[in-house]
Amino acid sequence: MTVQTLLADLSLMTPELILAIGAMVLLMVGVFAGKDELKVARLVSWLAIGLLAAAAIASMLLSTGVSTTAFEGAFIHDTFSLYAKSAIYLAAIVAMILAINYLETEKLARFEYPVLIVLAVTGMSLMVSSNDLMTLYLGLEMQSLALYILAAFNRDSQRASEAGLKYFVLGALSSGLLLYGASLVYGFAGGTSFAAIAAAAESDPDSLGLLFGLVFLLSGLAFKVSAAPFHMWTPDVYEGAPTPVAAFFATAPKLAAMVLIARVLTEPFAAMADQWQQIVIVLAILSMGIGAFGALMQSNIKRLMAYSSIANMGYVLVGLASGTQIGVWAVLLYMTLYIVGVAGTFGVILSMRRSEGMVERVEDLSGLAQTNPGLGLAITGLLLSIGGMPFLVGFFGKLFVFYAAVEAGLIWLAVVGALFSIVSISYYLAILKRVWFDEPRGEFLPAPAGVAAVTRIAGLSTVVLLPFVALLFAQVIRAGGGIGG
Amino acid sequence: MAYLIVFGPLLAAIVAGLLQKQIGDRAAQIITTGLLILSAILSIVTFFDVAVGGNVRTLEIARWMAVGDFEVSWAIKLDTLSAVMLVVVTSVSSLVHVYSWGYMSHDPHRARFFAYLSLFTFAMLALVTADNFIQMFFGWEGVGLASYLLIGFWYKKESANAAAIKAFVTNRVGDFGLALGIMAIFFVFGSVQFDEVFAQAAGETGRQLRFLGLQFGALELIAFLLFIGAMGKSAQFFLHVWLPDAMEGPTPVSALIHAATMVTAGVFLVCRAHPIFELAPATSAFVTVIGATTALFAATVGLAQNDIKRVIAYSTCSQLGYMFFAAGLGLYSAAMFHLFTHAFFKALLFLCAGSVIHGLHEEQDMRKMGGTYQVLPWTWILMIIGTLALTGVGLPILGIGFAGFYSKDMIIEEAFMMGAAGVPFGTMAFWVGIIAAGLTSFYSWRLIFMTFHGKYRGDPEVLKHAHDSPPVMLVPLVLLAIGALFAGAAFKSDFVGKGALTFWGDSLPAGPYAEYNYGAGDAGDPLVSNAAGEAEHVDDAAVEAVAGDSGEAATTGSATAGEAAAEHGEAQEHGDGHGGHHPPTWVLFMPLIVTILGFLGAVWFYLMRPELPGRIAARGGPIHAFLSNKWYFDEIYHFVFVRGARGLGDLFWKIGDVRIIDGLGPNGVAGTVMAGARRIARMQTGYLYHYAFIMLIGVLGLTLWLVLRAGV
Repeated sequence: MTVQTLLADLSLMTPELILAIGAMVLLMVGVFAGKDELKVARLVSWLAIGLLAAAAIASMLLSTGVSTTAFEGAFIHDTFSLYAKSAIYLAAIVAMILAINYLETEKLARFEYPVLIVLAVTGMSLMVSSNDLMTLYLGLEMQSLALYILAAFNRDSQRASEAGLKYFVLGALSSGLLLYGASLVYGFAGGTSFAAIAAAAESDPDSLGLLFGLVFLLSGLAFKVSAAPFHMWTPDVYEGAPTPVAAFFATAPKLAAMVLIARVLTEPFAAMADQWQQIVIVLAILSMGIGAFGALMQSNIKRLMAYSSIANMGYVLVGLASGTQIGVWAVLLYMTLYIVGVAGTFGVILSMRRSEGMVERVEDLSGLAQTNPGLGLAITGLLLSIGGMPFLVGFFGKLFVFYAAVEAGLIWLAVVGALFSIVSISYYLAILKRVWFDEPRGEFLPAPAGVAAVTRIAGLSTVVLLPFVALLFAQVIRAGGGIGG
Repeated sequence: MAYLIVFGPLLAAIVAGLLQKQIGDRAAQIITTGLLILSAILSIVTFFDVAVGGNVRTLEIARWMAVGDFEVSWAIKLDTLSAVMLVVVTSVSSLVHVYSWGYMSHDPHRARFFAYLSLFTFAMLALVTADNFIQMFFGWEGVGLASYLLIGFWYKKESANAAAIKAFVTNRVGDFGLALGIMAIFFVFGSVQFDEVFAQAAGETGRQLRFLGLQFGALELIAFLLFIGAMGKSAQFFLHVWLPDAMEGPTPVSALIHAATMVTAGVFLVCRAHPIFELAPATSAFVTVIGATTALFAATVGLAQNDIKRVIAYSTCSQLGYMFFAAGLGLYSAAMFHLFTHAFFKALLFLCAGSVIHGLHEEQDMRKMGGTYQVLPWTWILMIIGTLALTGVGLPILGIGFAGFYSKDMIIEEAFMMGAAGVPFGTMAFWVGIIAAGLTSFYSWRLIFMTFHGKYRGDPEVLKHAHDSPPVMLVPLVLLAIGALFAGAAFKSDFVGKGALTFWGDSLPAGPYAEYNYGAGDAGDPLVSNAAGEAEHVDDAAVEAVAGDSGEAATTGSATAGEAAAEHGEAQEHGDGHGGHHPPTWVLFMPLIVTILGFLGAVWFYLMRPELPGRIAARGGPIHAFLSNKWYFDEIYHFVFVRGARGLGDLFWKIGDVRIIDGLGPNGVAGTVMAGARRIARMQTGYLYHYAFIMLIGVLGLTLWLVLRAGV
């Protein structure tokens, strides 16, 4: 490895390098900047946002349209990963904006928070660019370790600690499964690089060893996207963790893990599509079902959003189950639109602050349309969009996911998905009923500017984005061009 | 011009209806009435242009819909038939508008009332100017809607709401038939354009159609279904029940919708579709029977009613029966003629009744009237004119009489002729017509006597404040009275006499009377009939070769007078070689005789011995009860349909809907869903080892699933 190749390889990693080095710098700034914890936290937060923005810009600038690998093929740099990275960075920025004020008022403002976010994002960034089981695991663990801490960030709260601990233990279990699967795959494929696995799968698609490896690998990854039956942590962690953390959990890591799954399935294991299709279908149906039914009984809006995210991951998996290129496009489109919706919804949840503190029960939203029409409209658009009501943008996500399934001959799966979708729309409508028709139960305090902006923009975008869905889809097709099929 | 006729009322309705708050009652009245009068004037101009000038045309406005072969346009079809209807509708409507200024002057919702009236007029005009069945159906439904709105105009009155619903529901039955008929027409002919359908009708006589599992002649079935529609709208026997109740609406509405125009839509439909009915003899016979039954039935019920408007309503029903049996016998032009004259004198009667009601402060019960001719002199005179017109008073010898004389006697005489010629039920129709004419005379004069003569029986306070109507109400009455006096004489030639040969153009056959008497190139003066009826008969007989048998006569103009006389038994009986198409003299005199009998009966019962009817009613003979309860139709319908429908509804609701559909459907699904949701929520125990266990089970399950699938 000459210096030239090293430099060339490193240049492909610019965004990750920015984040990794930046994170260290931020840590130093945090430690040495001064005594006023609040001020330091705020400074570091904004620096982190700047860092993420810089990484986002770098990833956009780096986009050449050609797929290149670095570090002996361990790291891949293509439109797919760059699209995912940009989306992750932007989602992280939104999560940061949502967090700043919350952390300050909840007396959680510490400079470690932004640093952890940046580190987690670095991990995700590696995940979506991984082209080798080693990179995959490296990225995944880097992300996960940061997220474990974030989940328990409010360490004085019993619930948050419990959530963090649960997440950590179960995450360790899933990592174990994943590692076990990786080692099986390595054993049968004779290599850890995706290319080697692909070659092995090609030569023997029915290899039981590879299949077992794949199941364990997928189980580990499914844990990250909280697909059933590996979803159990989600409601508890969403509820226990500080709300901005839950908002972060629901957006960037989901996207990173889903993109990773898409890559793993459609590149190294492309030849085994018949087999993994079965797994994905099972995961999809279970997720949609549990997500749809589980949410019905929830009175805590964060728990409800957890189930909603489980269900939505099920829909994404429906698209993925098609095993076609359209499926991959649908996954990207769905995830993008879903992130917008979820970010906005968590913005609304973060606006649910009364003089006595944060509230997070569904009935606290009663009469929101009267007390705060803007917020009421925003949550209406957001929830209906997530629910897939025509003609809000979320509808097109669902449309393409089901379209991909139908194209692949999985009409029955699309029908099942549509049926669960009906069930799930009922709890979104139940919330909206409270918002529009119930008597108000006290007003919320005005939301901080950042949160309000996120809410309004996301809410508006459910409608405003409509004309641009085609544009977005073109972007998604470009990004997913090299992968799948 | 035609556009203005049809869409002027629509514009008026929109302005008055939607902007009533902004422009106020006064402006709404001026706009609607003004546009209607304009429309009426233009209609008369159009009438002369089309019917007299022969300028028949169809104005295509816009394509409505085109689905495959199914093409429908908005159009204004102007031929003699529609021109006649235009004149009837717009003139009566404009007079009613004017009349309503006075009649509704105390109502707080005048703008709404006038908007409805104009809306009705528009729908009616759309109906009569349609050049296809779909547009006609639009108008048909439109008048139904307007009728519903106007019957229920006083929506705070419970009986008015009930009557409005009853009218609407009953009409639905008929409209369903009409809709089916139109569908059958499209099915058979592949078109809904009048011209195309009628042109092809002759070629489809042999076609069979399956309906309700039975085979029918296609044309018979179509005609029958269309007639069901006509029965509903024109309140014929079985579907007549709504019309008397419709009198809950304001009286001008009764005059316009439930006497002069809307209820005649059924007659118009049958006449418009006459090429189909001509080819459907069985259905035509059915039309005749239903028409005759209605004429008789309604007349008998009219004998025992005490509400002044209900008497006239049943009279309308009865007169519509006349029109229908005429149409059923193939006398389309006579039916239209009666429609035309009837519109004037029946509107006059209704508006007079309205005037009485108005003058006596909303009193409608004739038992509380009497002797009011002194306080209501104008109304009294005008109503007598209307009654004379309705009962068809005239001198058969001279051929002079009121409007009803020309049209009703024409129907009765022609019915006799058709019966003699062997058309099914013709003779029956004739006798029914005679009897009903007698009954008509009786109940009409009964109405006059009970209302205006004898001793006043109501609250003396009311009489003290009783007043005749203001000029704004009287002027329309006078105009209508002129129509009732002269419309028959003036238009007899054009509608059914000599002029009919050219008058109708292609829109209607001129009718046997015109064809036999003038069809073979008779040079006689068309106005002879006015001068001397009998003399005319003799003259005509010499020239006219054909008699009686319509089928034969249509083609043979060469038969000799002798043969004609031989064919025609009645003509022989009449004697001395009066071989023309004329009934015997006794037939000519029969209507007059029964009319006089009816009059005398009424005089005897209500002037000479006014205590008699009360005693009869008090004794409560079964016949009186039968009549005053309208043959128990409402009770039977209530028992069969209302109770039946309710029972059926209960069955469907309690078992079908609640148990089966809700039980297995929404509620059942929701229950299952909630149960599932509870189970899933219970799974979320919060225990870490549970979670880990489920994850591991999941991995195991997935592996097993794949292994089993791979068949290893």
